[in-house]
Amino acid sequence: MENLDVLAANLLSPVILAFALGVIASLVRSDLKLPSALYNGLSIYLLLAIGLKGGVELSRTPVAVFIGPALLTLFLGLITPIIAYNILRRLGRMDRVNSAAIAAHYGSVSAVTFIVAITFGTMTGRPPEGFMPALVAILEVPAIVVALMIAFMRDGRAGSWQDALHEVLSGRSVVLLVGGLVIGTLVGPEGFEPVAPFFKHGFQGALMLFLLEMGIVAASRLRDLKEVGFFLVAFGILVPILHGALTIWLAQFTGLSVPGAAVLAAMVSSASYIAAPAAVRIALPEANPTFYLTGALGITFPFNVTLGIPLYYAMAEWLIG
Amino acid sequence: MSTHRIVTLKLVTIVAERILEDRLLRKIVELGAKGYTLTQAAGKGSRGVRASEWEGPDTKIETLVSEDVAQKIVDHVADTFFEHYAVIVYVQDAAVIRGDKYV
Repeated sequence: MENLDVLAANLLSPVILAFALGVIASLVRSDLKLPSALYNGLSIYLLLAIGLKGGVELSRTPVAVFIGPALLTLFLGLITPIIAYNILRRLGRMDRVNSAAIAAHYGSVSAVTFIVAITFGTMTGRPPEGFMPALVAILEVPAIVVALMIAFMRDGRAGSWQDALHEVLSGRSVVLLVGGLVIGTLVGPEGFEPVAPFFKHGFQGALMLFLLEMGIVAASRLRDLKEVGFFLVAFGILVPILHGALTIWLAQFTGLSVPGAAVLAAMVSSASYIAAPAAVRIALPEANPTFYLTGALGITFPFNVTLGIPLYYAMAEWLIG
Repeated sequence: MSTHRIVTLKLVTIVAERILEDRLLRKIVELGAKGYTLTQAAGKGSRGVRASEWEGPDTKIETLVSEDVAQKIVDHVADTFFEHYAVIVYVQDAAVIRGDKYV
């Protein structure tokens, strides 16, 4: 069955194998750890690269083609934290603060999951539209704001929402993505040519190193799985699938291609683990970081990059293709 | 050759999660600290909670202040942050010269 071949292809790609290596390294308690300067440098490189490439593509995309997906992305960014919050409150019987904290993560996006989704599509001959990075930028912020608003609506909280908002809007991911998009749009394909080799040739390698560290980090979070309980583990797999399916179903009305819908599904289903944790730690310090970080890093990220992404492609193929 | 008078001030040390650094620095200056020294720190505390993977190591803030300011800083840190964040604060005596610089 073609889909099994595709799944195998994903699992045997260098990037995913690097992730697996990181997991193994952590499980055998290796002292392997990427120096934080390297890790930060790689994330700056990766974020800027996708912003730039997205901006260049955006500069040659008609607004009519882009506006549908953009509005859908915004809509999903506003609604998925609400869905997640309600599932956690009602089905999970979780308190308001922890529910809002986790919802902020699951409504936002993981840029790395997005990159892996694009890489998967390109590798299997089904690349999505070039302007997808612009959608990442749109998805990043609204969900965090919505989730924090849910938490702050009832009563004043111990944290500072102004500082949290500043953190979200000025955080590295947003600045590099949006900045890269603006630069890419302004310079266009010709202007981008001189720097293109730097951002293209090293990209997959940088991604591999980054995923190696992600494997180490995700595995260290696995030890916290017992503490978070079965509900959150199930949540971390089923809610992404739910969000992914919702995305694909709605995407068919926006003119997105099959790969485009699949990548958007991967984005919407992903959980932020850099921008959201920082904002939530400031705004909702009473929330337990073990819940949201283990969910995003220990459960959802590994699920998405191994099984989720091929699943979303299959769903998109089936519904739209 | 001049003699430098040695006076006793307080050295306040705060070790906290990196995410609190900006707020702490703003606040201690507001409460009267004339300066501070920052060090990267790593360690473990009674909470045992890893609140972030990538904020980086913890921050250690040291500042030389008068006794009143030391008391205000300690009170503020305890009241505002002890409940929900990983942070400690302690005060020692420090014999300094150019005492006026710090008060």
